[in-house]
Order: sequence, then structure tokens, then C-alpha cells
Amino acid sequence: MSELLDLATSLLERKEGSEEIEVFVSQGVDLEIRSYQGEVESLSNAASAGIGIRILLDSPHGARIGSAWTGSLDPDAVSEALAQARSNAHFASADEFVTFARPDGVMPSAVAEHANNNDELTVDQKVALAIDLERAVRGADPRIRQVDSATYSDYSSAAAIASTFGIAAQYQHAGAYLSVEAIATDGSDDQTGWGLSVGRSPRELNSEVAARDAVRRATRMLGAVKPSSMKTVAVFDPRTAASLLSIIGSALSGEAVVRGRSFFAERIGEVVAHSSVSVVDDPTDARHYNATRFDGEGLACRRNELIVDGVLHGFVYDTVSARRAGTTSTGSAVRGGIAGSPSAGCRALQLVPGQMNHEEILAAVGEGVFIESLQGIHSGVNPISGDFSVGVTGLMIRNGQLAEPIREVTIASTLQRMLLDVMFIGNDVEWLPGSAAGQTLAMSGISLSGA
Amino acid sequence: MGWCRPTRNVYAGSMSSDLIERSVIEGTLAVAMARGGDFAEVFVEDRRTSSAMLDQGRVEELSSGRDRGAGIRVVVGDTTGFAHTADLSEAGLRVAAEAASAVARRGGGGVREIALGSLSSHRSVAQIRPDDVERATMVDTMLRADDSARSAGSSISQVNVGIGMSTRRFVVANSEGVYGADEQIRTRFNVQCVASGDTGMQTGYRPIAGTRGFEILSDDAVNDAARGAAQQAITKLQARPAPSGDLPVVLAGGSGGILFHEACGHGLEADAIVKQSSVYAGQVGHMVASPLVTLVDDGSVVGEWGHLGIDDEGHATQRNVLIENGVLTDYMWDYLRARGQGRASSGNGRRQTYQHLPMVRMTNTFLLEGPDTAEDIIAQTPYGVYVAQLGGGQVNTTTGDFVFGMTAAFLIEDGKITSPLRDCNLIGNGPQILKRVDAVANDFSMTPGTCGKDGQQVPVGTGQATMRLSSVTIGGTAA
Repeated sequence: MSELLDLATSLLERKEGSEEIEVFVSQGVDLEIRSYQGEVESLSNAASAGIGIRILLDSPHGARIGSAWTGSLDPDAVSEALAQARSNAHFASADEFVTFARPDGVMPSAVAEHANNNDELTVDQKVALAIDLERAVRGADPRIRQVDSATYSDYSSAAAIASTFGIAAQYQHAGAYLSVEAIATDGSDDQTGWGLSVGRSPRELNSEVAARDAVRRATRMLGAVKPSSMKTVAVFDPRTAASLLSIIGSALSGEAVVRGRSFFAERIGEVVAHSSVSVVDDPTDARHYNATRFDGEGLACRRNELIVDGVLHGFVYDTVSARRAGTTSTGSAVRGGIAGSPSAGCRALQLVPGQMNHEEILAAVGEGVFIESLQGIHSGVNPISGDFSVGVTGLMIRNGQLAEPIREVTIASTLQRMLLDVMFIGNDVEWLPGSAAGQTLAMSGISLSGA
Repeated sequence: MGWCRPTRNVYAGSMSSDLIERSVIEGTLAVAMARGGDFAEVFVEDRRTSSAMLDQGRVEELSSGRDRGAGIRVVVGDTTGFAHTADLSEAGLRVAAEAASAVARRGGGGVREIALGSLSSHRSVAQIRPDDVERATMVDTMLRADDSARSAGSSISQVNVGIGMSTRRFVVANSEGVYGADEQIRTRFNVQCVASGDTGMQTGYRPIAGTRGFEILSDDAVNDAARGAAQQAITKLQARPAPSGDLPVVLAGGSGGILFHEACGHGLEADAIVKQSSVYAGQVGHMVASPLVTLVDDGSVVGEWGHLGIDDEGHATQRNVLIENGVLTDYMWDYLRARGQGRASSGNGRRQTYQHLPMVRMTNTFLLEGPDTAEDIIAQTPYGVYVAQLGGGQVNTTTGDFVFGMTAAFLIEDGKITSPLRDCNLIGNGPQILKRVDAVANDFSMTPGTCGKDGQQVPVGTGQATMRLSSVTIGGTAA
């Protein structure tokens, strides 16, 4: 891994004149095995590497950045990228806030690096996991008529960031997944259910857990009906609650705020949520699959409290958005791989857990809808206006118990309203891949559109 | 229809592509087959991109990118092995070919001679190629769009403009003698505006995109898009909450094509059919839609966002009629799925990059025109919703349940378009909604989009004329 940092650092020596250079290098290995009808449907084994280079030109009127990337560490390709970045820089607008991160003295947390233990199982053993997963789903219930795909996958990646401002950081990630989609039928109705098992290494995976999850979700949706439109209480399961929290997180990005694209802008210190709601973004919490030591600019990640007891407390910032807002980076630069430039974003969100478990929340709610899947998040949620409308499947809640399954309905509100309408936050935190953890979450005032 | 007829730009007969020597491909295929595969394929790709963004009147960083590599696929029985490499040397390709063929455990294949015929090469129709576009021209175009958008009204508080150009060249060859090359030049432009008022913030969005060069970004086209996006955001400041429940819906020509993409397109992809995970499996010859519905997928429509010279498996794209006058006529096929059924690929094998396995994907999917006019359809709708622009959508192919978002919509009252509505999703069931098409007009147009499936993104076109659905569930909040 230190070879990556060596490579990044060596490129800094090619600095010309007064320019500054930032280099991001990454490499990764991915394995994906799909089982179908008891055999390997596909096995993909792939290694990739690449480099992203940014050049900063400073002037009395402000600075300009140009960037370029290449999906290879070949010296000629890297030289070409360097030249492109250099020439791109001349065409940007000079901007007094634009710069690269500078070391800020914050030490990275002791959060365990996600060591790559993907070799603890052989490829044959991983193949067996995928095949077992499919078999477990097919054998779990006579109503399962098909398994669309049963997949084992693992990945490992390492990255280094270095700049002529003195940044020198490196980090690595590794993990493994089992995922499966089951199709259940009762003769007239087909339903699907998706199951997942996540681990930091292949040995942590459990095909029974993933299979049970998929089968339960698919079979209990059989016979789903389209209920009448109503105003109701929605109880989100941990997965859908995590999706919701991610969307809220996108509006808590300082980048969205300084660009005038967040409904939270200029509301620091105001009540924006029910008093039971506290939101933190904490990549130093080792329980989060996204936990990491460094952000996308090479600054140490840190714990950031965003909403405290319902009051808007702060935003996450990268270097440039922080300067525009008159503050400093919160170590929250995210970067979409070699081709992406840093921007501010949440990476390990958590809703501070409440006291009640799933059953207690259902009992307390009494009547409502339990949400198990969301459809159309990218088309029906607008984090700028806050308008929220998504398709859902799930079950009715009657007398505090899960009742008949429902389909082909939407739920709608606004994100602003939903935060204020939070009723109960579960203590059943589920750590999930992605930028947010989830737990059972109940909110009132939801419009359900159905028949 | 207001678009070009398919034409072909085929330059057959050249012996090799400049991306990679024919002999290297032949040697790599032989290595891939050495352990006894039934089929092997080498896909070599070289992609260059350049992009720029303007925000709040500032040109933010321009970026250039290059990605080059090869994906190698070996099929043995029903098992596919796949590996990719950025190392295009003979040695690098050999390592990838051996990794891909590791799934061929039965062995005994021995080295097989692979001799390719002449290369069938396709060239982009782009007039102004990305290499010929000065970066200063990109900057000027974005600044012009910013000006146009801001001149639409003082409530416009934010304008974001993006331009991207890509040149994707590839060579694909397989053990059955397919040997083709394509060059795909794409240009996209998008403008997003935010309008601020007493009611909060609202957004407007317009794209321009084509499998063409910078010529699609004429001054007029850019100004129209910028003003359109700004006007959309300003109009939505007056929007009231959308209704909740079932109503007739009129979809404006163009962006409504996403409805067919979601309502049935994905369910007509042969991978879902072969696995019996689509509601449309076993339905060929059956009436699956209103007789007004004739649905076509056609990757050969020159210049459209989903246009391909050849698909990513080297097969010619073609016009595939999926539904004709309401009757399901065929599905979309890639090589692997077609081989299993003893038929030919329909030219729908696509992959995001050389790092991805190909699968069945749509190209340009559109509903053919009908006899009505848009004005008559609206006038004959006493109460309902008029959707001027749709955002994205999502479908569960097994149940057929889908959603799509409306990003510019209005009430229809007494046959007239009235109040603007806030954004929300529509929800429906594909097989049911297809039967509810009760009017189709003659004002056909296409819209560009990005389609995601199994984590792979590919450019697609969707299209239709103004049309009406007799009833759709609208996911708003107003009673």
C-alpha cells in the first residue's frame, strides 16, 4: 500500500513554477460470483487502478483548478493526465475560495483499518457460499419459485492522496457481501424479496441470514393489495430508514448549503426536527461499514454533530465549501473515485437510537403502514425543495401488529415536515453498507396514495 | 417523425483496428479457449471524456479523462468467466484470458486456431468532434446558458450548467468470427435552475444530448434549454401540492417515453424472460396493451442518445418491434440469451465499459405516433393531470409495479391546463397501465436518459407523442 503513496508523492516533484499539485491514486480488486440453478452463472475477477490529478494555479484574483484522470498507472498515461490537468486549469474562473486542503493538525482516529482478509476463503469456498445461498432460498419455502440471482462479492481497495501543500494520506477498505433476490408465488401473484449479509471479510458472511431475509420479505408480500388513500403513520424498517437518512444527509452537505441548494440553509440554531432527533456523521465509528481514517482530501475524518435534540447544529464541509461558508473543513470531503473531484458529503450517518424496539414501536403506533421497500427515490425526492413522494411496499399495521401486505402505493410529505413528525426512533440499529445506518423509525402526517 | 432515418456508416474490409492488432486478438482468443470453452470474446475499449461545469456564474474545474482496457469473456456451458485488464500488451491480455477461462474446469479443449475475417468498422457521424472543440468554446457556451437562464426572471437564484463530451472506440471479436469496431461520440449539456420565493425553492432542468458532436449545442438550442429550465423553476414556485389518488394523466410528447421504458421495457429484456422473472414471460402473441400501443426498440436511429453502430458484442443494431397494435411480438436479446434459445441477437447486448459483462439492455425505446392531436387530447380531458416533464423511474420486473417522477406537471380542469403542481411520483402496474392508453397524438419526440441495471449505467433514448392514460395513481399530498 505504501507504494501508492510513494507514487503519489513522486508525482509532486513534477511541479512547474508556482503551480500546486494534488494526486489521488487508487487500486482495487473485485470478485463477483453468481449462482443460478446450482451452478456458477458468472465469475468476474477484476483488478483496476487509476490516478486523478488536480493542478492549482493561484493569482491575486483567486485560484483556478484543472483536473484529469486515467484508469491506468502506466507512466505515459499518467504524464498525459498531468499535461491535461495543467492545461484545463487555465480555463476555470479565478475564485478566491478555491484551494487544496492543508494539513490541519487533526490526527486520524484509531479506527481499525479495514484489513483485506478476502483471501481467508478460496475461490472455490466462495463459489460454495453463492451456491449454498441459492439452495437455502429455494429450499426454505414451497412458495419460492425462482431465485433471480444469488451473488457472492468481495472487494478490496487502497488509495493514497498527496499534495504539494503537505497532504500525505493513505487508507484501505475491504468487505464482502452475499445478496439474493427471491421470487415467491401463490399461483396468481408473484412477489420479490431481497436479502443481504454484509461482512468486513468473507468469514463474517452468513448465507442463512441472507436467505431467511429474502424469503420472509417475498412470501409475506403475497396477496398484497392496494389500499385506499389515507393520512397515516408510517413505520420504516431499518433499510428504508437508512435510505431516508441518506437523503436528509445530502441536504446537510455544506456544499449544497453554500450553493443555495439545501432547505437547511441559514437555519443553524433553529428547530428543524422533533426533539428526539439527533443526527451525527461519524466515520470514526468502527461499527459503520464506511468508517475510514481520511476523507477525500486526505484530512482526518472526525465525528460531526449535525442535528442535536431537533436543533440544526452544523453541516459537513470540505475545504472549499468551508471557506465559502467562512469556516474550516470538517474532514468530510467525499470523492467519486479517480474521476471525481472532492465535494462535501456525509459518509457514516447515524440517528441517535431511542429506547424502543421494533415490536414496541408497532404497538405504540397501533394503526399505520410498515414500509419495507422504497421505489423511485431518485425521481420522487427533491433535496432542494424537500418534496418527497416515493412508491412503497410493506404491510398494514393494525392493533399494533403487522397485518395484510400492500403494494402499488406512494407515500408523500416533505422532508421538512417528516423530520418534525418523527414519533419514535428504534434502538434496533442495523449497520448497513452505504452512507447511513438504519433503525425502525415512525413518523406521522404521511399521505398514502392508493386506490 | 422528426428525426433521421437510420443510415449506416460501415467501412468494411480494413484488416485491423488501430486500437489493437488482429493477431493479438486472435492469440488472446486462442488462450481463452485453451481450457475448453464454448465461446470466447475480447472487447478492447478506449474512452476519452472531457467535461466542464459552471455554477453561480463561475467556471469550475474542467476535467479530462481516459480509460483504456480489455474485457475478456469465456463461456462454458451455462457458466461465464470474466476478467478485465488495463494492460493491452500481449502478455497483459494473456493473463486476463487465463483468469477468464479459469471457470472452464473440464479441460481438454486444447489450443484452437482462431482466424478472424475482415473488420466491420463503424464511424461516428459527429460533425464537430470533441478533439476539435476549444475549451474556450465550452466555457462560452456555459456562460451563455447562465445568462439566458438568469434573464428569465429575478427569482432565479442558482444556475448550474454542465457539458460533457465522450469518444468511445472499441473493437470486439469472438471465437465465432465476429470482428467489429465502433466509434461512439456523445455530447451532453444540461442546465439546472433554482428559483427562490416565499414558498421555498423549486428546481427546473433541461438536457440536450445526442450521439453526435458539439454541433448539437447551437446558440438557439442552448438558449432554449436554459430559458426552459429557468421558466420551469419559476412556474413551480406557484405550484400547489399534487393530488393523491387515481386520475387521468396526459403525458407530453418526449419525456413520457420513460413510462414505457419502466412499465414494460425492462420486463421485455430476455434475461428476465429466460429466468421467468418478468410478468411478460410467455406472453408473445398475447394482447398485452391497448391497440394504440406499438412499441419499438431501435439502436440504429442515427444521432439519438441510445444510438450504436454495433452493440457491445459486435452485433448490428436494428429496429425491433416489441409490441404491435397491443400484441406482444418479441423480446430484446443479447448473444448469451439468444444462443440459449437458438436464435440471433437483436443487437441489445450492452456494457457500461470494458470492466463490465454485457447484458440485455434497451437502446432507443419509443411508442409510435397515433392519430390524435395534443390539443384535442387535453380538451377532451375534463379533470386530470398534464405531465410536461418526467424525471426518472424504477420498476420491479417480477411484479410489474413501477414508479416515475413528474418534474413539471399541471392540473387539467375542464379541458384546460391550469395550476402547476409540486413534484411527485406516479405509481402503476406495467401490464395494467399499458391497457389504459386511450389516446396517442402525432407530435413525436425523443428524450435522452441514463438507464441503470445491475449497477451498470448506459445512455438510452425514450420517446413518444402526447398521450393519455385513463387512470394512474398520483402520489401527491392533496386530498
